[in-house]
Amino acid sequence: MDIISVKSLSKNFQIPEKQPGIKGTIQHFFSRKVKNVQAVDQLDFSIGEGEIVGFIGSNGAGKTTTLKMLCGLIKPTSGSINIAGYQPIRRKKNFLRQITLVMGQKQQLIWDLPPMDSLKVNAAVYGIPEQESIRRIKELASMLELGPELTRPVRKLSLGQRMKAELLASLLHRPSVLFLDEPTLGLDINAQIRVRDFLMEYNKQFGATILLTSHYMGDIKKLCKRVLLIHQGKLFYDGLLAKLSDQLSPCRCVKIELVEPRPIESFLEFGDIINYDGQLIKVLIHKSKLAENLSKLLNLFPVKDLEVTDPPIEELIGKLLQEGSFK
Amino acid sequence: MNIFKSYLITIQKKIRLPIALISTQYSLMLEYRAEIILWAVSGILPLIMLSIWREAEISAKLGLSTEWLNRYFISAFIVRQFTAVWVMVSFEEDNLEGRLSPFLLQPLMPFWRYFSSHIAEQISRLPIVFGMLLVVFIFTPNSIWFPGIDRIILFLISLFLAFCLRFLLHWLFSMVCFWNDRASAIERLLLIPYLFLTGLVAPLETFPEPIRNLALLTPFPYILSFPAKILSGHDVNLINGFMAILFWSILLVTLGYIFWKKGLKHYSGMGA
Repeated sequence: MDIISVKSLSKNFQIPEKQPGIKGTIQHFFSRKVKNVQAVDQLDFSIGEGEIVGFIGSNGAGKTTTLKMLCGLIKPTSGSINIAGYQPIRRKKNFLRQITLVMGQKQQLIWDLPPMDSLKVNAAVYGIPEQESIRRIKELASMLELGPELTRPVRKLSLGQRMKAELLASLLHRPSVLFLDEPTLGLDINAQIRVRDFLMEYNKQFGATILLTSHYMGDIKKLCKRVLLIHQGKLFYDGLLAKLSDQLSPCRCVKIELVEPRPIESFLEFGDIINYDGQLIKVLIHKSKLAENLSKLLNLFPVKDLEVTDPPIEELIGKLLQEGSFK
Repeated sequence: MNIFKSYLITIQKKIRLPIALISTQYSLMLEYRAEIILWAVSGILPLIMLSIWREAEISAKLGLSTEWLNRYFISAFIVRQFTAVWVMVSFEEDNLEGRLSPFLLQPLMPFWRYFSSHIAEQISRLPIVFGMLLVVFIFTPNSIWFPGIDRIILFLISLFLAFCLRFLLHWLFSMVCFWNDRASAIERLLLIPYLFLTGLVAPLETFPEPIRNLALLTPFPYILSFPAKILSGHDVNLINGFMAILFWSILLVTLGYIFWKKGLKHYSGMGA
């Protein structure tokens, strides 16, 4: 059953434009020019209950704007959103009790007080009975490996500890729909892993639906089977992450380790060489010619090791976003 | 007994949120002890005005005795301390820095967060104001007066209502943030009527009658002059005063609600 349903969702912003210098400043003061920017353009997708979906795209692609519309922070220019039977922009209390938005580096915790103070307020705001809130804090703190940090001022915590405390504060009311915008931004690798594991555990334990944006493909690979790829406000791809590489590239990455070095020219006929150091060559070979070229390679050169993989998804997405379209 | 217990539980549930909000904000205020002392000290304008008016010849001409002036300006000082409002600045900062978004995503109108933070600040300011009053009374023992229990109770009610009125006025103008990023500029604009029409710089009695009558049609006199006169024991029309507060409060709540709803449609989730 779909818990999130988005139809023809669009958002336009009017951005003021100003030329540099005194002349530009005076012109801007007397007659303000605004540019209409289409941040989100006719998005259509739906997400089932308990699904974890990755929402990927470059900076300015429209991910955060979409998340803000989904949680009711900003009003769509057109289109409709239905989340668990609610229209987010109406911001009904029962809707707000079911969702949460976590934004990396943005915080709801009170900077000069320990997280426990903010948690106490959150528990009261959501009407969670005192004993129950203590139980939930303990449970979530243990999942997030938080302990004494909860009684230290937020400003004294490391970025990772702060992010984990933010997650705890955002999930205390046990939301069933989580919008996560770069939840691992700036975290070291251990903290990233801890946050990912926690999200996985939370999803399993409470059956929560998660829509996650991240620039770290590690987050997406670990958590999401399905991804939505957005570029310049438009939805490029909606499907399994595993099939995304097929859509993005008709090639396979072949890594060959030779017994002895050979010149680069010997490999040009097989495909695009993405890495070469004499003895170790990485070449992208078109799927239609894969079998033929592999047997040719094995016949022509003494090969020590050979590996065929999908091209790295990060590189494919990066290339796609750079080129702006599928080839 | 069971009914009493269930009433108690209901009351506990009802007051849990305000207590949690105020106590957390109070803890936060105590983190900024020095700032609170400075803010309290910066509110001594009525005491400065007292010293000016005591020396001014016009006071005698208007029949305002030293005792009258002492009581009025000391009362004005107390009222000013407990009606300080900075919601426009906080709201603008939260809007620009993206802190408003998490507030908007919780099932609690952000109004109550700002309101409770003001109440917490007033509580933390209480001992400092008492200390300052003690100093004033030590140096001018002839200005000590006891207005009577009935006046004190009426004063406390009018003081709280005056604070609410000023808060609602500033809250309404905070909504400008939804259309313009720099709404706090309006606070500077509000400062002029606040200084003159509330009776902070000069008691309303010193105004020419037409201007005084005009001032009484605005909400400003009820923010300072009205509660100050109740405490100082001077003549004041209680019914008119409380009715005016009620009228302005209803109007400001209604306008605040309308502009809040309209403003949210313009909210761009800046910085978040």
